[in-house]
Amino acid sequence: MTVRSRVPFYVFVFLLIAAGIAIATWRHLELGIPWMTGEQRPVWMIEARVDFEGQNSPAEVSLHIPEQPPGFRILTEQAASPGYGFSILDSNSGRRAQWTKRDVAGPQTLYFKAQFVPDEDAIHAPPVRKPRALTVFWEEPQATAVRELLTQASERSSSPESMTRELIRLMQPDNRTQNTTLLVSDDNYLQLLVKMLNHAGIAARTADALKLEDARRRQQLVPFLQIYNGKRWLTFDPRTAEQGVPENLLLWRQGADSLLDVVGGDDSQVSFSMLRQTVPALQLATLESNANGLSVLGFYQLPIEEQSMFRMLLLLPIGALIVAFMRIVIGIRTSGTFMPVLIAVAFVQTTLVPGLIAFLSVVAIGLLLRGYLSSLNLLLVSRISALIILVIFITAGLSIIGYQMGFNTGMTVTFFPMVIIAWTIERMSILWEEEGAREVLVQGSGSLFVAICAYLAMSTPLAGHLTFNFPELHLVILGLILLMGQYTGYKLSELKRFTPMKAYD
Amino acid sequence: MDWISPRRLKNLGMLNMNRRNVDYIARYNDRTSYPLVDNKLKTKLAVSEYGVKTPKLLQVVRQQHEISHFREMAEDLAGFAIKPAKGSGGKGITVITGRDGDDFIKASSARISVAMLERHLTNILAGLYSLAGTPDVAIVENLVQSSPALAKYSFQGVPDIRIVVFQGYPVMAMLRLATTASDGKANLHQGAVGVGLDIGSGQSLNAVQFNRPITLHPDTGLALENIRIEDWENMLEMAARCYEATGLGYMGVDLVVDANEGPLLLELNARPGLAIQMANGCGLLPRLNAIESLKRPHFSPRERALFAMESFARR
Repeated sequence: MTVRSRVPFYVFVFLLIAAGIAIATWRHLELGIPWMTGEQRPVWMIEARVDFEGQNSPAEVSLHIPEQPPGFRILTEQAASPGYGFSILDSNSGRRAQWTKRDVAGPQTLYFKAQFVPDEDAIHAPPVRKPRALTVFWEEPQATAVRELLTQASERSSSPESMTRELIRLMQPDNRTQNTTLLVSDDNYLQLLVKMLNHAGIAARTADALKLEDARRRQQLVPFLQIYNGKRWLTFDPRTAEQGVPENLLLWRQGADSLLDVVGGDDSQVSFSMLRQTVPALQLATLESNANGLSVLGFYQLPIEEQSMFRMLLLLPIGALIVAFMRIVIGIRTSGTFMPVLIAVAFVQTTLVPGLIAFLSVVAIGLLLRGYLSSLNLLLVSRISALIILVIFITAGLSIIGYQMGFNTGMTVTFFPMVIIAWTIERMSILWEEEGAREVLVQGSGSLFVAICAYLAMSTPLAGHLTFNFPELHLVILGLILLMGQYTGYKLSELKRFTPMKAYD
Repeated sequence: MDWISPRRLKNLGMLNMNRRNVDYIARYNDRTSYPLVDNKLKTKLAVSEYGVKTPKLLQVVRQQHEISHFREMAEDLAGFAIKPAKGSGGKGITVITGRDGDDFIKASSARISVAMLERHLTNILAGLYSLAGTPDVAIVENLVQSSPALAKYSFQGVPDIRIVVFQGYPVMAMLRLATTASDGKANLHQGAVGVGLDIGSGQSLNAVQFNRPITLHPDTGLALENIRIEDWENMLEMAARCYEATGLGYMGVDLVVDANEGPLLLELNARPGLAIQMANGCGLLPRLNAIESLKRPHFSPRERALFAMESFARR
């Protein structure tokens, strides 16, 4: 026999463990599934309220709603408006919420609610067609003034961004020259900026933004300036020339689209209220995963019934890991290799103390009955079969007696795997006959000890959370179990067993 | 609680369970050879071709209906042993040493009726004692008449000699003596006494029971220091021969000394226990390493036995 190199094995195990941790980390970052249970994430709930006066005619209200505001992801959207037909329309110019009603009279109020999750990585997809600067015609004397201003700004700048900043600075009241004063009046400042930038060959447009502050009502949108720098749209505050979108700014409208169109209504206006909520991070991740390609790797899309089954199944590897550790490293003897895991799974369903009482009583009564069965001189298969039926009788009896006495916990005994219990009883009984009661006690308590350890590990909320939400972590468990399969050191129990060897040292 | 540090165990060269399984059993024992040792009937047939003698086979019970023949066969027998062919650790072995009217007398001098023996056979056939619970075959063998020189040390059961054979070299040996605690069985974990034997001479070294050192047999009260096994060289050679018969690189060979027939092979074990190290008061690892590092292994069983006697003798 040749001794194969262990290196490929260790590399393989290392890759397994690394892959498990890497995928889990990646999913944690991408999907935002939290490592810990009970983690909370902030979510902005924003409510747009549209008011208008009905004119006894059919009404159509169309509100621009955000498509992909930079720095945020949309979690949920819903409209509250009794009696109205509602739909969300996707068009080239943007997304619009549309309410329709045949006969509208008097003051009307419509609500549109959306939840936004702050996410620094969320950016708008680059436009499909490159936006072009619009051609603008000026009449004299504005044309000269604009030309002057643009020349001035372009002399002091090197790029569309710096040009924009310079232009905004030049238009500020304290910097105004005669030329500027000629152009600017209070209400057309932003439109003028857009026109001038377009004239200078920089595609520009306006945007409306919402300053996010907790528990504010009746807020209005604040206009912002956006220019296209050849790659993407950049946002500027037209008042301070500051570039970029601050953390607490939500761009509700971007592009040339109008914010609100009302047909068949008067005095229309839109206002916003907002609320900072916290939701469990896990719930957030599950909600979002529906729209995410990564969700293929998770269980969230399975029917709930299958999900709960997997929740249980995915705990088993932890039990297996503990059994492997207890047997290989500690050296605890158990009856049946994985019987403790199955008992531990039953304990998870029954909780520990009722489960222990139920298990011990079933096994004890079973051992008594098995004593009678052995005197009947039966073939092995029929003895086990008879034992299975007896075990079912015992569990049924315990459940009924427990229920009559007022212990609902008596019912939990049905969670134990009957066939496994029957085999356990058979093995214990033979062990008793052959090796004596002491060995039964050693193996029985060993099995129970391992089962309780496995139960304690499996019943922690964190274990359930990690195994279900990061199924790839099972690769790590697999790697650890493989590594333990290579452990050739002394078991803890052997340090005790070989103690008499001290005499020969 | 009394513990020994892993470092001291390592210094003593103690082989442990995990290491035995990974580095020796898994590496040197081919799985295809397992049925040969896990089935006593196959073992008997395999080793007989290599000149290793085993107790005489009286009957093989393969089917339920054959149990009725057992009664006829056992009619004139005074002593015999019923064994499950695939049993392990001495489980399911019933030794009958005599008769009392219709009943039989077990080695523990308990009485047992024919009906109970037949039930025992049924259990064996159903696989109660077999390794994986698979259906089994019961074999009935001639009772070994232990040579009186050794028999006096053992309480009831037959003393047997366990020799660990590594790649055909006998590396360590011990004598196993039954006690009341072990119910006539020679298994150490059931309470039999293990007496380490010097590979060089067949001379007894130390004795242990339940992993604790002892000097006297707990039942017979005889001193265990000066036991010497007769015909030691031949026994080692016999053990070494089993390597050719089975191809197992790491195994335990269980021999008995019959008063009339000399050394007989009782059974082979592909997973020999570790207690033999405690009976010998030294670890297996240095000896196993010595064999592993041999550049030119010896080809004949006799050469290997002689090499072992020379290399591993206690000085």
